[in-house]
Amino acid sequence: MNPRARGSLAPYLLLAPAVTLFTLFMAVPIGYTVYLSLRRTLVSGLGLGKGSRKEVFVGLDNYAAAVGDGELWMGWLRVFGYAALVLAVMLGLALVFALMLDTARVRLARFSRIAIYLPYAVPGVAASLMWGFLYLPSLSPFDALFGVDLLGQSAVTYSMANIAVWGGTGFNMLVLYTNLRAVPQDLYQAARIDGASELQIALRVKIPILVPGIILTTVFSIIATVQVFTEPTALRPLTNTLSSTWSPLMKVYRDAFVTGDLYSAAATAMVIAGISVVLSFGFLRVVRNRAFGEA
Amino acid sequence: MATSTARSSHRANGSRRPLGLVPTGVLLLGAVYCLFPVSWVVVAATKTSGELFSTSTFALGTGFFQNLADLAAYREGVFWMWMLNTLLYAGGGALLATAIAAVSGYTLAKYRFAGRDLIFNLLIGGILVPAVVLAIPQYLLFAKVGLADTYWSVLLPQLLSPYSIYLARVYAGAAIPDALLEAGRIDGASHWTLLTRVAMPLMGPGLVTIFLFQFVAIWNNFLLPFIMLGDDGKFPLTVGLYTMLAAGANNPSLYNLILIGTFLALIPLIALFLTMQRFWRTDLSGGAVKA
Repeated sequence: MNPRARGSLAPYLLLAPAVTLFTLFMAVPIGYTVYLSLRRTLVSGLGLGKGSRKEVFVGLDNYAAAVGDGELWMGWLRVFGYAALVLAVMLGLALVFALMLDTARVRLARFSRIAIYLPYAVPGVAASLMWGFLYLPSLSPFDALFGVDLLGQSAVTYSMANIAVWGGTGFNMLVLYTNLRAVPQDLYQAARIDGASELQIALRVKIPILVPGIILTTVFSIIATVQVFTEPTALRPLTNTLSSTWSPLMKVYRDAFVTGDLYSAAATAMVIAGISVVLSFGFLRVVRNRAFGEA
Repeated sequence: MATSTARSSHRANGSRRPLGLVPTGVLLLGAVYCLFPVSWVVVAATKTSGELFSTSTFALGTGFFQNLADLAAYREGVFWMWMLNTLLYAGGGALLATAIAAVSGYTLAKYRFAGRDLIFNLLIGGILVPAVVLAIPQYLLFAKVGLADTYWSVLLPQLLSPYSIYLARVYAGAAIPDALLEAGRIDGASHWTLLTRVAMPLMGPGLVTIFLFQFVAIWNNFLLPFIMLGDDGKFPLTVGLYTMLAAGANNPSLYNLILIGTFLALIPLIALFLTMQRFWRTDLSGGAVKA
């Protein structure tokens, strides 16, 4: 409690930079997106000359179009499949690695921890380029191993998921591992004295402790994977199996900057935002009910 | 020594170690997987165009310096501009973002005032807003004021980081004792003095962590500069490498340039990463700042 601050202007002045930036680069753009998503250009005649094009209010028409757009639905299907794969494998590996780092008597733990965390320092574009070249049939060392074109129609989703798993496992592992380190060691000691094996301690003591951390990393990962853009965009030049509307976000980009339909792009962007918020909160609700009894 | 302690503890805990060397083995497999593409790109950067397609995957080539020279000559050395731009965006952006997060986090943690929770929730809520919902209208708004395709258009939107503000608030709450601020106030210190002389030094190590996260986030960002910039002299490395790939995908002689460019783009960040190990903390819950 800081009585000095009562009625003072100081906290507002100190927060002014953050609030100004929030207003300019968050609130106004979001408001502008909503505004654009409700409008459309009306062309009269040949669309030539001043006054032949005007912007009109069309209500939820753009949203209806976005919801009825088959190509967008295909994008959602592709991205949900991709996201489910990435979330399961990435978070599963992160959990296993974090638990193993935390077991007694593990050797070379520092080396492994740093090596697994290293991809975090690699930009998504660079990761996509490296893996992309490694997938390229003319260069790929995996070609003989798997016997399929890793950039072909059947494998490309898995290949892309691999890039995201590679890039994201280490960060999530470290978040979970840090959570584990914060637990007093007496707790494990007590379990050991009671005769619990390392495996039982991991399953019965550590995983329950990690639940909040797992929830947090899952929510952040959902938000990130639903917005996938960098990996498919960077892989596109190397393969013709990825369309320019592979993910919903790529379609937004195309609508806004290639076909110049800002209004559809704005509506689709709002739909993407809505879906990631619904998924994150839906997930939170489900796990709250499961893990902590009543929400 | 390690083996003898391991062996004696094995004997002591014999009945409850069904895992044995499994954790070590699994972690090493993970490490190999994570190092694999990075080490490949190091090797591939040394190969000539011919060697890239003919020699085995991990055989060193003979073309490293030729590749370097070719890259330096690519479009009159535009690659070095990308490198400098990235340093400017990531360094300048992370510095300012950290300062803003530090001041905001400290204020939110240590002052009581009307609207505090509302402001905090609004600032943090930004975490949930997808980048694309922001990037397109940001571009349009920048275009309206004539700032699209400028350094500012990439720098300014990245100065506000909800995640950093959250971390800064946790750090400030844990690292700055109220009694110290109170004592300073009784001695007649101004708000500014308390901020710069008391709060910031105490938050120091936490601020380095925030700076690093922000630096990496900006360095790795692709979507925002990709949307904002048209002039390749202002590109950061991510967008530059992408345009190189888009131009060179059907031209295998450009592969070498892309590979050595990727290799060079990785060096600064990996160096920063390895030298600043002790500052890479992800403790979101406890906010334990150990100097």
